[in-house]
Formats: sequence, C-alpha cells, structure tokens
Amino acid sequence: MDVMNFYTDPAVIRSSVEKVKNAARDFRNQHQRVPVIMEVCGSHTMAFARSGIKTALKDDVNLIAGPGCPVCVTDQKAIDAMIGLAGKQDTILCTFGDMMRVPGSRRSLVDARTEGKDVRVVYSPVDSVTIAERNPEKEVVFLGIGFETTIPLLAMAVRKAERLNLKNYSVWMTTKLVEPVLRTLLDSGEAEVDGFLLPGHVSVVSGEKSYRFLTAEYGLPGVITGFEPVQLLSGTYKLVRMLREGKHAVVNDYRSVVGQSGNQIAQSLMTTYFTFSDEEWRGMGAIPASGLVLKEAYAAFDAKRRFNVTVPPQRKTACRCGEIIKGRIAPEDCALFGKGCTPVNPVGPCMVSTEGTCAAHYQYMREE
Amino acid sequence: MCIGVPAEVMEISGEEARVNVMGAGMTAGIVFVPEVKVGDFVLLHAGQAMAVIDRTYAEESIAEWRRVLDGRDEFLY
Amino acid sequence: MKRISLAHGEGGELTERLITEVFVKAFGNEAHAAYDAAVLESAGSTLAITTDSFVVKPLFFPGGNIGTLAVTGTINDLAVSGAVPLAMTAGFILEEGFPLSDLKAIVSAMASEAEKAGVAIVAGDTKVVAKGEADGVFINTAGIGQVYGGNGGKIREGDKVIVSGTVGDHGIAILSARNELGLLSDVKSDCASLHPMLSNITYGLSGVRIMRDPTRGGLATALVEICEHHRVTVELEEGAVPLKREVEGACDILGFDPLYLANEGKALFVADEKDAEQILERLHREEKGKDARIIGRVTEAVSAGRLLMRTAAGSTRRLHRLSGLILPRIC
Repeated sequence: MDVMNFYTDPAVIRSSVEKVKNAARDFRNQHQRVPVIMEVCGSHTMAFARSGIKTALKDDVNLIAGPGCPVCVTDQKAIDAMIGLAGKQDTILCTFGDMMRVPGSRRSLVDARTEGKDVRVVYSPVDSVTIAERNPEKEVVFLGIGFETTIPLLAMAVRKAERLNLKNYSVWMTTKLVEPVLRTLLDSGEAEVDGFLLPGHVSVVSGEKSYRFLTAEYGLPGVITGFEPVQLLSGTYKLVRMLREGKHAVVNDYRSVVGQSGNQIAQSLMTTYFTFSDEEWRGMGAIPASGLVLKEAYAAFDAKRRFNVTVPPQRKTACRCGEIIKGRIAPEDCALFGKGCTPVNPVGPCMVSTEGTCAAHYQYMREE
Repeated sequence: MCIGVPAEVMEISGEEARVNVMGAGMTAGIVFVPEVKVGDFVLLHAGQAMAVIDRTYAEESIAEWRRVLDGRDEFLY
Repeated sequence: MKRISLAHGEGGELTERLITEVFVKAFGNEAHAAYDAAVLESAGSTLAITTDSFVVKPLFFPGGNIGTLAVTGTINDLAVSGAVPLAMTAGFILEEGFPLSDLKAIVSAMASEAEKAGVAIVAGDTKVVAKGEADGVFINTAGIGQVYGGNGGKIREGDKVIVSGTVGDHGIAILSARNELGLLSDVKSDCASLHPMLSNITYGLSGVRIMRDPTRGGLATALVEICEHHRVTVELEEGAVPLKREVEGACDILGFDPLYLANEGKALFVADEKDAEQILERLHREEKGKDARIIGRVTEAVSAGRLLMRTAAGSTRRLHRLSGLILPRIC
C-alpha cells in the first residue's frame, strides 16, 4: 500500500523522533522527570525495539512493556497441560508458531515434537479444522491462545468444525482480555504510568470506546496506535502532548482500521461461542473474568472438558517475567537475563516470544 | 500482541478471498468484513481479514502528521 | 541438549553449539571448521576441500531440486573460499520405493549444473534403506578446488560489506513449495553456482578480505560469524539489504525476518573501500549480480565482534545469530 511508504520513510522517521523528543523535554522541564508510558501490546514492544525508536528515545521517554503478549502471560501450568495433551495417543496438537518454544516447568512443545509427538504449526486456526477433517481417526486439538484480535478466529474455527459436524476437533482455550488486566494493574497501584499506548489490532475488534474506563475511572490518557515506525512516533507524540497539557483523553491515532465500536461481526461471534472465565496470568495470578472459554452448548469442542490432563508439580525458577510484564522491573534487572535465560534456552516466556519484553531487549538492545 | 498486515484483495469467492501482500499471496477469510470489494486493502491477521483499511482516514492521518512535523498545525484531541 | 532437534540443523546458534561442543571437541581443527571449506597445503599447491549433505523437502521446488542444490552448494563453498572447483563426489542414500524417474531428473540436474561450472563429478556411492528410514533421497557430496586468490589481508575499519543480490529467496521458495502455511508465491529459489562468477569478479583485486555464501541461518547469521571470528564490528544500513517484494510480503505475513532466511546462490563480500565499487560494478554486469548492493561497512577493526543495524531512527541495534527454528508467528 503506497501510504505505507510514508510510515517507513527514513527522513520522516528522523524528524518525527525529534518532534517526540522536543515534546518530551517540555514535559521534563515541567515535571523534572521523563514521562512513563506503557505500551500495552507486545507487538508494539517489538516494533519499538526493532525500529530502533526505543533506543533513540531512551533519554527522553521511559517506554515500559505491558502485559499484552499472549505467550508471555500464559501460565506455566497451562503450558504443561498443553505438553501433556501432546503426549496423548492418536492426538494431533496444532498451535501457532509462537507457542512452540515456550517452556513449561520442564519442557516445551518443540521438545515434545523432538520426542516424536505429533505437534503441528498452523498459520490460521481454521487450518487446524482442515487437519481434523483429513484425519478422522485422530483427535485434533488446537491451542487457543490470544487476545481480542485472535479470539474471533477461534470462534471461526469452532464454527467451521460445527458446520462440518466434526467429532474429533476441539480447542484448548487459554485466552486473555485487555480491559481486566489493565484494571488489575491500575488497581494494584504497582504500575506507575502516566499513560498508555493502546493496542491497535485489539482495538480493531473491540473499538475505540472500549477504553473509556481509562479516562473515566482512572483519569489516564491513552492513544490507539499503529505499528509502523512513524505511527509509533505519532502515537507517542500525541500521548506526550496530552501529558504536558494535563489532558486525559483516549485518542484514536489508527482510524484507518479502528472504529468507535470495533468489529461487530467479530464481537457477535465471540458472544455466540464464548463466555467469561477466570484466567491465570503468569506472574500476576488469577484475574476474574479476564478470558473467554467455550459455552456449555459447545462443550463438544472444548478440549478442557474432553480430556483429562495431569500437570506435574511446578518448579520454581528465578525468572521474573511476572514483574517485567507489570512494568516493575526491566529485563536487565533479572539475574537470569542473557545468562541462564536466552532465546535458545529460554527460562521464561518473555524470552521465548519474539514480542516478549526480554526477547526484544536481547535481540535488539543487548550489549555485552 | 497481534501482527496485522495490509493485504490487497485480488479475488473474492464466498467467505474467502485471495489476498496479496507485495506479491505474496494467501487465502484469507472475509467473514468479518462482508463489505469488502476487490481492490480494497484489508488488515490480515492469522488468515482472516479483520478490517477494511480506510484510505481516506489513512491519507488524512498522513496529512495531519505532515502538518505537525512542519509546525503548521498542532493536533487536536 | 539431550537429543537432536530440528533447530540443530537450521544453521543458527544451536548448530554452532553442536559443532563446537561435539564435533570440534572430538575432531579438533577449530581453525578449519570455521569456514565453508578447509584450505590445505599439499605438495606445493593450496587446495580447498569441503563436504556437504543435502536434505530438502520438497525434493523438487521452483528454481531447482535437491540435485541442483547439492552441486551448487558444494561449488559455492569452494568458490567463496577463493578456489576454482576441480572435482566433486556424490553419495546417495535412497529410500526403498523411490521413483526412478525422479532420481533420473535429480541426477540429470546435477550433471548439467556441474557441466555449467566446469566441475567433474568423479566418484559416487549408493545406499538403499528400507521404506520410512529416509525421506526419498539424501545426497552427500565432497568437493575439491585449487585456491587461486591471494590473501586479501586483515579486515580494516572502513571496509565495505557487499551482497550479490536479493536475500531470502530460497527460504520463501521452499516454504511456498511445501504448501504448509497457505503461502502462495511465485518466488523461485536462487539456487545457482557462484563459479566462475566469483573468480571473475575478484580477479586482480587485492582487497577482498573475505567471501561467504549465506545459506542456512541467512545473511545475519553469516555476518555475525564473520564479526565474531575476526573480532570486528560491522554496521548494516537498514533498508539497504536488497529484497524481492514477494519475499518481503511473505515475511510480513508470517512474521519472519528475511535476514535469517536461507540463500543458495548469493555471495557476501567484505572488501577494502577502494575495491568495493569495482566489485559492485563487476557484479552488476552479471545476471546473478544485478541486484548487488553495498549494505554496510566495518566500523571497528578491533572489537568483541558485533553485528549492528543502523536504523532509520538513527540508533543502532544488535543482530544475533539465528536462534532456534524459524517459526511463523501471529504476535
């Protein structure tokens, strides 16, 4: 798309960096400190690191990574359960590539595959239904992870399996929602942030108005932001300007794809198939109604109801992913970072997921 | 938390479309964007089109940011 | 590491560990193991010797097949070592039931590639294993070449880094041909012999410090290896690495970084500033080098060995070896 050229134009990026720095310096003169901004979405974390913008802004804006990486917030027990599922007879386990290397308490799905288990990577959840159709003698289970952007695709997969009347297809749901975790973070008082860069692609589904609670109840500003370098800078600039002027609005800086109310069809599919559930968040514990699971009526497609999986006792490590997700510490503050924990040998999920805060720091910023 | 890529819609058939990202193709679901037409750009996520990209808004955003960079106009919340 | 995983074969960090912790530990000869081919002195002449095994799924793909790959891969290891390939061998491990017509197609591709490069295939071997014990056909080769190039000297600050064409073509071609992730593309593998192109290009130039063919692990991994072995810092310019549009599009869809995708017909040069333009000019005259570009430069001749990317935002970020498998991602 031709407009994309603007968003990656080096000259525009350089002048945009200056624009943000100037606004941030005004803030610093006012407050004698740099603004603290949380990017909720892991793909933002990754894009900031990869584009070099995080480094370019490091003296002027404190960008901290939020809880929006589905891999990083998946509880260790949930991963153990998935690995347990892979060990079942006549089972094909399908998942996104992102999940393959996440360590459970002892092993990952890559390890399970190395040991001969049938674990397959798909690009789209719907592809896992096709695998079930072609393998009627096997049980096919899809590991349903994701936030609001991905959850409607899980509904699509179940809908397709339902239409094909498949008896051998189910989804293991461990989904997460943005609003409950932001509320938990803010209520705990642990995250000292001035404002949020809001997840652009979640907003495509949930809509601009889903963040009204931020201003109405917490008096904090947010900007719905895209993922290209200039979009990141424009979103950051608008947020810093609001902070400088003491404004508390939710600004939609990604209007080309994000509307007021989000995608109605996606929302209604989610309401049809799913209901709220309490979810365990890695490092944060259980958060009430912070995820979605299949409704009773679709129990036939619910892997959690269909299979009994025993989870081995959990092993304690020095991994501090929980605090990193909350923005309380930086990856470099963790004793394991870059030593016991690297992308090849990850201890925690923040190092596994390419958009994990630790992996982003390791890949793009680590200096020896 | 989610990769989304602008993809051009080349062909539509029922609930699916053949989409193109800089010449690389893929079959994508279009259930979430029933209004989509051939020639539109959609936001592609894990094999589904999640939104039709609104060119007018995209161009307006660019014009607005150019004005901000030129110091001619500051954005309004 | 208790068992071998697929990632041990991807040419990244785990491959490196397998080599150093298992092979070099047992065999020694660390200095030779660092390059595509080992250079040995024998009766007054300098020879380069290399060996390579080929396993690829599917066996036939747009732009070539396992046979083309076996010949070009072996020739290229010699060519980037500054040698004229003289002869090679080919050993075949065949699976029971493998169609003879496919074998003939593979072998005839090998013959024609070898002939084009003027290399004789002089010895071979065949083993057949029971159905299920191999995947169609595996090929192992050895190659021997006569080293012609003089020593290009130590890498210096200001040296330029050049790549002979677009990167990632082979990786995306194979992925599309596997038809696994729903990716549809017309990208052809860049699978091609770099000989005699490289000897023509470097002819008479004294400042060619090093050449590599960035295969598995991609351009980034090959450059990290150069940086670490020679203890230099290389800075790449973001956006300077040539990419086919379809490759960029496929990477966007699947969340891949093209710098880590395999190439099978590309050369990477580190060369003195004064020779760089000449190399580029000569490359541009060749069909296989028409997209060649200077992609970066050596910024420190003595360092801990780092590969950096100068971003459009003005900062640098560090690039590492490929770590683990290349997996599509949605996040």
